[in-house]
Amino acid sequence: MISSEFLRQLSSLAAALFLLTAFSLLAQRHMRAFLGWFAVQGILLAATSALVAFSTGIYELYVSAFLALILKGFLMPWLLWRIVIQLGVNREVEPLINIFPTMLIAATLVLFAYYVSLPIQKTTLVMTRNIIAIGLACVLIGMLIMITRRKAITQVVGYLAMENALFFTATAATHGMPLVVEIGIAFDVLIAALIFGLFFFQIRETFDSLDLRHLEDKS
Amino acid sequence: MTLWLLNILQASLLIGLAPLTVAALRKMKAILQNRRGPGLLQVYRDLAKLFCKEPILPQGASWIFRLTPYVVFAATALACAIVPVVLTKTPLSAAADVITLVGLFALARFFTALGAMDTGTAFGGMGASREMTFAALAEPAMLMGVFVLSMAAESTNLSTMIHTMHMSHLGLRPSLAFALTALLLVAIAETGRIPVDNPSTHLELTMIHEAMILEYSGRYLALIEWANQMKLLLFATLLINLFSPWGIAEEISGSALLIALGTWAVKLLLLLGMLALLETSMAKMRIFRLPEYLGLAFLVAILGMLTHYILEGPT
Repeated sequence: MISSEFLRQLSSLAAALFLLTAFSLLAQRHMRAFLGWFAVQGILLAATSALVAFSTGIYELYVSAFLALILKGFLMPWLLWRIVIQLGVNREVEPLINIFPTMLIAATLVLFAYYVSLPIQKTTLVMTRNIIAIGLACVLIGMLIMITRRKAITQVVGYLAMENALFFTATAATHGMPLVVEIGIAFDVLIAALIFGLFFFQIRETFDSLDLRHLEDKS
Repeated sequence: MTLWLLNILQASLLIGLAPLTVAALRKMKAILQNRRGPGLLQVYRDLAKLFCKEPILPQGASWIFRLTPYVVFAATALACAIVPVVLTKTPLSAAADVITLVGLFALARFFTALGAMDTGTAFGGMGASREMTFAALAEPAMLMGVFVLSMAAESTNLSTMIHTMHMSHLGLRPSLAFALTALLLVAIAETGRIPVDNPSTHLELTMIHEAMILEYSGRYLALIEWANQMKLLLFATLLINLFSPWGIAEEISGSALLIALGTWAVKLLLLLGMLALLETSMAKMRIFRLPEYLGLAFLVAILGMLTHYILEGPT
C-alpha cells in the first residue's frame, strides 16, 4: 500500500505544478498557448481531485474530478478557442504591463499569500497545511491576470483561473465541498462561460473590438 | 595525498575530454541533420593547429588583451578542479563552494569583455556589452537555482550537496525540479548554445560570444576556445552530478571509481544527445527576447525557492 508520506509528497507536487500553471498562464503571449495552459490547469485540477479521493476514500470526489476533467480540461478551453476563431480577434494576449514585471509581481503575491495564510495553517490538517498558501496565491495570480490583460477573453480566462484555484484549495485543504454544491458550481461556471461568449459578441458589435479600454471611454 | 592526486587527475580528465565532448555534440548534430560531420579528433587537430600558429595582435592592443586568454583558461581550469566528477570528497571542492564557482565564471567573463573592448573595435565593444547585459541576468538565475539545491542539502559546498543528493532520500521534491529547469535554461545561455547564441556562425547581428573573441588568433584563440569547451563540459557535469549523482564514488576504490566514470560518461552522452536534439529542432531566439528567457530562468528558480519554503518546510 502507498504510504501517507508519499501521498503527502504527491499532493505538494500537485500544488507546485498548479502554481507553475498559474505562472505559465501569466507568461503566455499567444492566445492558443494561453488557452492550452488553461486546459492543462483544468486537467491538473481533475488529477488532484482524483488523488485526494484516492487518499481519503471519499468516492464522491471522483465525480467532481470527472466533471473537472470534462468541463475545465476540455470543454471550456475549446469553447473559448472557438470564440476566438469566430470573432477573428488578434491572437496576441496584449498585456498592459510587460510580461516580466507581471511575473515579478506574481512572485511577490506568492510570498504575500504565504504570510497571510501562516495563521490559518496552524489550525488545519498536517497533510494539506501548505496547500492553502499556494491556492490563495493562485487566486491572487488569477486576479492579476484579470487586471493586467487588455482583452475581454483573457479577463474571462483569468476569472476562470481564479475559480480553478478556489476549487483546488477547497479540494486539497478540506477534501472538497458537498457533491451537490460542486456539481452546481461546475455547471454555473459552464453557463458563465457561455454567457461571457455572448457578451464578447455584443461587445464587439458595439465597439468593433474586444479591447476593454473602449468600455471605459464611452460614457 | 591520494585524494589530491585523484583531484588533479579528475581535473585533467575534464580539461582533456572537453574538446571531445564538443566533438561528440557536433557529431550527434551532424547525424541528426543527415550529414557525416567531422571526425571526433578534428577538434583536437584544430586546437593543435591554432597552438602552432603565430598569434597576430591588433594594432594598439595592450597587455590586457594578451593576458585575457590565460586568465580565462586558468579560471575555467580551476573551476574544473572544483567540480566533483567521479569522486565526491575531493580536497579542492571541499575548500571552495558553489559561489566560488560562479565567481570564477564571472572572472573569466569579465576578462573576456575587457579583452574585447581593449582593441577598440566596434564588434568587440558590442559583444562585450551584450555579454555583460546577459550575464547580469544569468548570474542571479544561476545562483538562485543553486541556492534552492543548497537549501535542500543545507550547504553550499558542492561535495556536501552531491553527497546529500546521493545518499539521503529526499523524496519527491518539486523545488528540485524547478531548480533543474532554471539551471538547464541558464546552462544553455552560459555555454552559448542554440536558442541563445549560435556557436557555429559569425553572423554579426546575432552573435554574442563570437563577437568578443573576433580579434584573437593563434594560441590565444586556442586557449579561449578550449576554455569554452571546458565550460560546456563543466556545466554538463555539474547538472549531472547535482541532479542525478547515482553511481558517483563515495570512497576511493578502483571498482567504485570505474563505475562512477562509466555512469558519468553514459549520463553525459544522454545529456549531449538531448542538447543535440534541442539544437537541431530549435531556431535561434531573437536577441531582444533573451532578457525574457533569462528572466524566465530567474523566475523558475524563485518559484523553486518559494515551493521549498511553502511546501517542503518543516512540518
